Amino acid sequence: MTPSDHILLALMIPTLGAILIALTGRNRNLREGVTLVTAGLLFGNVLQILPAVLEGARPEISGFEVTPGLDIAFQVEPLGMLFGLIASFLWIVNSFYSIGYMRGNKEPRQTQFYVAFAVALASAMGIAFSANLFTLFIFYELLTLSTYPLVAHHGDAKARNGARIYLLILLSTSIVFFIPAILWTLSLAGTLDFTPGGILAGNADATTTAILLALFAFGVGKAALMPMHKWLPNAMVAPTPVSALLHAVAVVKAGVFTILKVSVYIFGSDHLLSTGASEWLVYVATFSLLAASVIALTKDNLKARLAYSTVSQLGYIVLGAAIATPLALIGAGMHILMHAFGKITLFFVAGAIHTATHKTEVSQLNGIGRIMPFTMGAFFIGALSIIGLPPLGGAWSKLYIALGGMDGDYWFVVAALMISSLLNVAYLMPIVVRAFFRPPDPDDNGHGNGDGHSVAAVNDRLSLRERMAEAPWFCVVPLCFTAIACFVLFFAPDVVIQLLEGMLEVPQ
Amino acid sequence: MIAAHLPALQVVIPLIAAPLCAILRRGTAAWVIAVAANWLAFAVSIGLLFRVLDEGVISYAMGGWAPPIGIEYRVDLINVFVLLVVSGVGAAIIPFARKGTEARFDSTNQAWFYTMYLLALTGLLGVTITGDAFNIFVFLEISSLASYVMIAMGRDKRALTAAYQYLIMGTVGATFIVIGIGLLWAMTGTLNLYDLAQRIPDIENTRPVLAALAFLTVGISLKLALFPLHLWLPNAYAYAPAVTSAFLAGTATKVGIYLLLRFFFTVFGGGGFFLSTPLPEMFLVLSIVAIFAASTVALFQNNVKRMFAYSSVAQIGFITLGISYATETGLTAALVHLMNHAIMKAGIFMLLGCVIYRLASMRIDDMAGIGRKMPFTMAGIVILGLSLIGAPGTSGFISKFWLVLAAMENGQWWLVALIVIASLITMLYVGRLVEAAYFREPSEKAKNVREAPLAMLIPAYVLVAATIYLGLDTTWSAGLAQDAAASLLSAAY
Repeated sequence: MTPSDHILLALMIPTLGAILIALTGRNRNLREGVTLVTAGLLFGNVLQILPAVLEGARPEISGFEVTPGLDIAFQVEPLGMLFGLIASFLWIVNSFYSIGYMRGNKEPRQTQFYVAFAVALASAMGIAFSANLFTLFIFYELLTLSTYPLVAHHGDAKARNGARIYLLILLSTSIVFFIPAILWTLSLAGTLDFTPGGILAGNADATTTAILLALFAFGVGKAALMPMHKWLPNAMVAPTPVSALLHAVAVVKAGVFTILKVSVYIFGSDHLLSTGASEWLVYVATFSLLAASVIALTKDNLKARLAYSTVSQLGYIVLGAAIATPLALIGAGMHILMHAFGKITLFFVAGAIHTATHKTEVSQLNGIGRIMPFTMGAFFIGALSIIGLPPLGGAWSKLYIALGGMDGDYWFVVAALMISSLLNVAYLMPIVVRAFFRPPDPDDNGHGNGDGHSVAAVNDRLSLRERMAEAPWFCVVPLCFTAIACFVLFFAPDVVIQLLEGMLEVPQ
Repeated sequence: MIAAHLPALQVVIPLIAAPLCAILRRGTAAWVIAVAANWLAFAVSIGLLFRVLDEGVISYAMGGWAPPIGIEYRVDLINVFVLLVVSGVGAAIIPFARKGTEARFDSTNQAWFYTMYLLALTGLLGVTITGDAFNIFVFLEISSLASYVMIAMGRDKRALTAAYQYLIMGTVGATFIVIGIGLLWAMTGTLNLYDLAQRIPDIENTRPVLAALAFLTVGISLKLALFPLHLWLPNAYAYAPAVTSAFLAGTATKVGIYLLLRFFFTVFGGGGFFLSTPLPEMFLVLSIVAIFAASTVALFQNNVKRMFAYSSVAQIGFITLGISYATETGLTAALVHLMNHAIMKAGIFMLLGCVIYRLASMRIDDMAGIGRKMPFTMAGIVILGLSLIGAPGTSGFISKFWLVLAAMENGQWWLVALIVIASLITMLYVGRLVEAAYFREPSEKAKNVREAPLAMLIPAYVLVAATIYLGLDTTWSAGLAQDAAASLLSAAY
């Protein structure tokens, strides 16, 4: 099979998977088996495209023309390759985790959950491999719509409200800013194809470019650039595997991927640098990443804190795209990967704690490391990667963005990144400290929930094995796995950098 | 042999079928005849399309009497496009009509309903195909009278007042049109559209011709429900039977749009004259007001059919907005949206018909929680609703795309912003329905309903599928519309 066939398969596999999941919904073992097989097949299939892309090929499906100027077409370039790999790989991990979480919490409507998940992945593949802005936009909207039932999963007033804000912000930003930006691009450049070196150089002056960039930056609501970030904290009402999908696997990643892709393949790094049109975005992104970190400090709810942490980390990627020097762009691309693994670990932990003890607030976590050592250990590693300390993957991407900032003479960016790392320490490390070093609260009675465990009742004299009360293994193994992956990624940046360098090559 | 007489068959088939239904007086038999006649009419439209694509404008002398003595049927790209929409939307609606009418009327009244339906269809096809100004008036009256009856057959008593209201306003409109046509005849001595187009340029700035233009504009605008002449429409759509609402939304106003295009661009010569009058500015302003006023009113409707009726007024505003540009892109946008909106709005009213069939209510509160009870019906409404908003991958996006392109061509960026805001308001009112249907506890009425019968769902889904198809392949919508727009502007007829 040619790489082009694999592109088609990448779209077909999750779609067919969704249909099969819907058909096998009555037998949960079969249904979840189908999910796992689909996820595995998808990743294996996407992996088949990698060698060709590394060799410099750009496999494509030419598709068809909808109306002059608007085409449905697919092409795999390095950035899309990376996003496709991340999303399809994390789907496997997330599916294992979903099984543990959804069963452990006796969630309703599980078939609907797995179907919507598979459709979301199909949309993510479409986004990753689209060859032009129009195709990307269709799948971008499909992703919004397919994740809506996931966010509203619980069906109570709170979930409905969160889902309403989710849909309202994402749809309205794309209608108000994103579509006009796409049509304006079409009228300026006469094409919407993602082209190495960009299509706007020579077609748009500095002011036009800056305004157009603003339409994209705020129109891609999934990138959660302040003040378009509100949907993300509101969406945390969803079950944790959905949060993982939003924060790590597909949704916000699709957002920053789009920003990065537009910056590289529509505006073109040279055009942005020579016109200075993206300078304002450097300031806005810096503000966004610092402000979100400060807000994260004030949140006691664990998932809310992590949500603002995500807003902050997405700011790094937008920042990299705005600086637009080669190092910053590579750093931004890497950060999509590194943040995905770090943040999925943290969300898995939040869900595992909820499954095992029904605790949701940071202030309730005193001493929880005693009964959930693996879970909290993984949290520690994930947190370090988010902070950006070696020997964890997050160190590389932050380093590259900082180096890119120096290249572009944005010295305050380097300072801001350091402050931000300190803020990351300040909002993540207290959780670890509470978990391992604080004694459990004496009045802790497991919050009266039948299957909750009382931390205080655990006798210190018991051996580790006896006092452990971890979440189901389907939850714990995936989160340990992603934590280890954060570690492994520190030692394997070469292949990622090699891949992403291909993104900057402009054929002469 | 048959191919030569296609223009006549287009009108004659439903015209003969209508009295047949009335004579038979049996619901089922009448329905079979109506379906056969409508499908045949659609086939004839397709045949005409290929002939026009093949050999250009077709001139057909009715009864062998050569024009200008006899009545000429003249088919070019523009009216074959509209014929396709009218007969095509009808072809999807008529199979759907069976279940609803069967549940409401006895056998005789069912037959009457199909008779009226076929007469309305005859009228609309006749208006579109004929090349004779007075013939337009006659067919317009046939279709209007038939549709008054179709509206009055609604289950709500208010349907009677709605029909009466439409009758009064429709008659005023028809009178204006006939005065306009009379003035043109007085000035040129011909009723043949082709001859009119030849003779008017020499006298186009005389007062009677300008008065004729004014009368025609107001009269036709009443028929197509251009703001502020739309007052008959919301009640008529809201209280008519679902089949009628779907049919009128998909065809009647669209034929009005066609008449506007035909008179402005063919009869009055190629757009130059149109641009020299204050009409473009007038249509621009009225369209924008229509879009915003009607969308805003739609937001506050508790009757879902009424909500989508106001939405129709807004969407007609999008079409007339395209016309106001009088550029190729603008007219393409208008024609594309004419087709796309006909299909999606007819589909929405059909699916609402499914809801009424089970729920017997159109109140948004009664529709609460219906998403789980009638999953296919609601999924269809969601898809068509997305198209109404203009989501990519649906035909609605293509319409908006051309409209925005037209605005950009003229450098009217503020208009792009307005179109975008209008889409947002559309999102809000469609969202209100979606939210009630999926995320509220089922209402008392909704608790006991189940999915609508397939005989209703399948025809509606044909239109849903068409909406998606036309969002991905625009050969038959934008492709045709672009050529049609070009020929309108060049006044080739």
